[in-house]
Amino acid sequence: MSIFVDGNTKVVYQGLTGNQGSFHGLRNRAYGTKVVAGTSPKKAGTDVDGVPIFATVKDAVAETGATASCIFIPAPGVAAAVMEAAEGGIEFIVVITEGVPAHDEARFYNDLKNNYPDVQLLGPNCPGIITPGECNIGITPGEIALAGGPVGIVSRSGTLTYQALYEMTRQGIGQTTCVGIGGDPVPGTSFIDCLSRFQADPDTKAIIMIGEIGGSAEEEAAEYIKANVTKPIVSYIAGVTAPAGKKMGHAGAIISGGKGTAAAKTEALEDAGARVAANPVEIGPLMAEVVAGL
Amino acid sequence: MDLLEYQGKQLFARYGIPVSPGAAAVTVDEAVAAAEQAGYPVVIKAQVRVGGRGKAGGIKIADNPEQAREYAGDIIGMDIKGHRVEVVWVEHASDIAAEYYASFTLDRAAKKYFGMLSAQGGVEIETIAETDPDAIAKIHIDPVVGLTEEQAKAWIAEAKLDPAANAGALEVLLKLYTAYVDGDCDLAEINPLILTPEGKVHALDAKVTLDENAQYRHPEWAEYEASQDLDEREQLAKSKGLNYIGLDGTVGIIGNGAGLVMSTLDVVNQVGGTPANFLDVGGGAGADLLANAVEVINSDPNVKAIFVNIFGGITKCDEVANGIVEALARVDVRSPIVIRLDGTNAEEGRAIIKAHESDMLISQPTMLDAAKRVVQLAGK
Repeated sequence: MSIFVDGNTKVVYQGLTGNQGSFHGLRNRAYGTKVVAGTSPKKAGTDVDGVPIFATVKDAVAETGATASCIFIPAPGVAAAVMEAAEGGIEFIVVITEGVPAHDEARFYNDLKNNYPDVQLLGPNCPGIITPGECNIGITPGEIALAGGPVGIVSRSGTLTYQALYEMTRQGIGQTTCVGIGGDPVPGTSFIDCLSRFQADPDTKAIIMIGEIGGSAEEEAAEYIKANVTKPIVSYIAGVTAPAGKKMGHAGAIISGGKGTAAAKTEALEDAGARVAANPVEIGPLMAEVVAGL
Repeated sequence: MDLLEYQGKQLFARYGIPVSPGAAAVTVDEAVAAAEQAGYPVVIKAQVRVGGRGKAGGIKIADNPEQAREYAGDIIGMDIKGHRVEVVWVEHASDIAAEYYASFTLDRAAKKYFGMLSAQGGVEIETIAETDPDAIAKIHIDPVVGLTEEQAKAWIAEAKLDPAANAGALEVLLKLYTAYVDGDCDLAEINPLILTPEGKVHALDAKVTLDENAQYRHPEWAEYEASQDLDEREQLAKSKGLNYIGLDGTVGIIGNGAGLVMSTLDVVNQVGGTPANFLDVGGGAGADLLANAVEVINSDPNVKAIFVNIFGGITKCDEVANGIVEALARVDVRSPIVIRLDGTNAEEGRAIIKAHESDMLISQPTMLDAAKRVVQLAGK
């Protein structure tokens, strides 16, 4: 089992005709993802290495039965692309693009919530999602993942997600699903969205949760874990040494008014029973211990 | 991007929010001329991105040209908590009947816009929150719906402003909301928002943070670039389009992805080193960008060793390796580089590094090994 996506998920790529879109879209297909369509208003009727291009998401859904979309459109076009996907009937929208204005994110997040409550948005500014051996949507290098579980992974950082996958695979521990929720201020999918699904997924026996400075998503997740999650959790929080008041690369990674520090997040998670690693490499041995005790 | 007070006021003025007539000045003569223009008495205010200006002597009222000259001379060049005053704002002094607080920002937990209004302005909102939390009227605004007049009226009533201020406050809050949204602000704050004895409501201060991700649709922001507090390294990095934050240590850091770079800083710190910077080359970094990154780090005289930490996703390790090799050929790199490559095309990348390995270019298999090695090299 897995969460959000599996081997049957059919995906349309918005921006498949661009450089990044075609590189990663075709890489996802080579991994085994059902890459059924791409969209481009100007290139409808053509194809990218055999993947048909449609003018709109709606056309792509009608022709191919796609239920998920992956957006590789430059930041200025993301808001329109997200709404086009929802209007076109997509249920799961993944936005890889970074640099989307926060006000755009706040608007389309709430627009979806108000008008398309069943649509799940992942991102923006995220690496995507991978259910190893079945479906890889986004930019995660699939070869570092290992199918079969029992570990589910959720992370705000792309590269730390890869690091976690890599550490697990190196230890011979498989993953059910690995979700990169992204580093922006208004992520479509939250830690809690993933934790609740991992808790419900019988094949996921333990969870890795990777956070970073800024906002209070980790603290909210800690509260949720206390009340709802019985599966063991290994965590890591990046940004212990980050200076206050600076956006550390991610638009959402900022300590403001003394809030959002790594220390506060670590404390909240430890208080909720999670084991918090001192560095990303330590996630491996900590989770290996947990898995050995399952 | 944090604006100076006067830049914030000019932004507010563009959205029709009443501010006092005034002008920015960088010399004493300019300040005196601005005072004449505004009409005495005037307030001369240091323009720095740090609180507590008043206590530090950075805000003074002048009643005549002699005083204006004296105070401007005192304030320009003054050091306030490590910030040198380059610019003063000179405006006509306002008569104040009451001081309020108003702001809009994003509530990340609620994923809605968040407004705060208080009848106890003039002190920091954190202080009000501690001493008298009930004095802050809070609202959440659905970004799709926007701030309605009805909602704003109820909000003002809850804040219990002087009834004489209600109509003026409504106008200012609706305009401040528009400035916050259309202006792509992370924060739009007026503190104090004042009521004058004549019953007018206007902004006596302005604190604005802009969302840099929205820069593409705000060509007018170019004018703010020059006044940013950037050191030489940060300026060089900015000119090369790099995401760089200067720190005080001796280990130069280059990585891809904000989380990985933050954690690289942490790991260097854990094994006894001190990071010299944060530098995220982002997704899809190619050879040219990497060479630029090395050049910027190399320009920092404190740097004794460089740690390149890459986990390839959208970034390809072979392109990173080529970039480092190119940088070594193009730049006279003073410090040894320790590099760790994993992920997309890692094998190819490591092969490229291996062919060029030397005392100045060292490959390490893991993040921790690389951190230990680079800290050891920086310590020599």
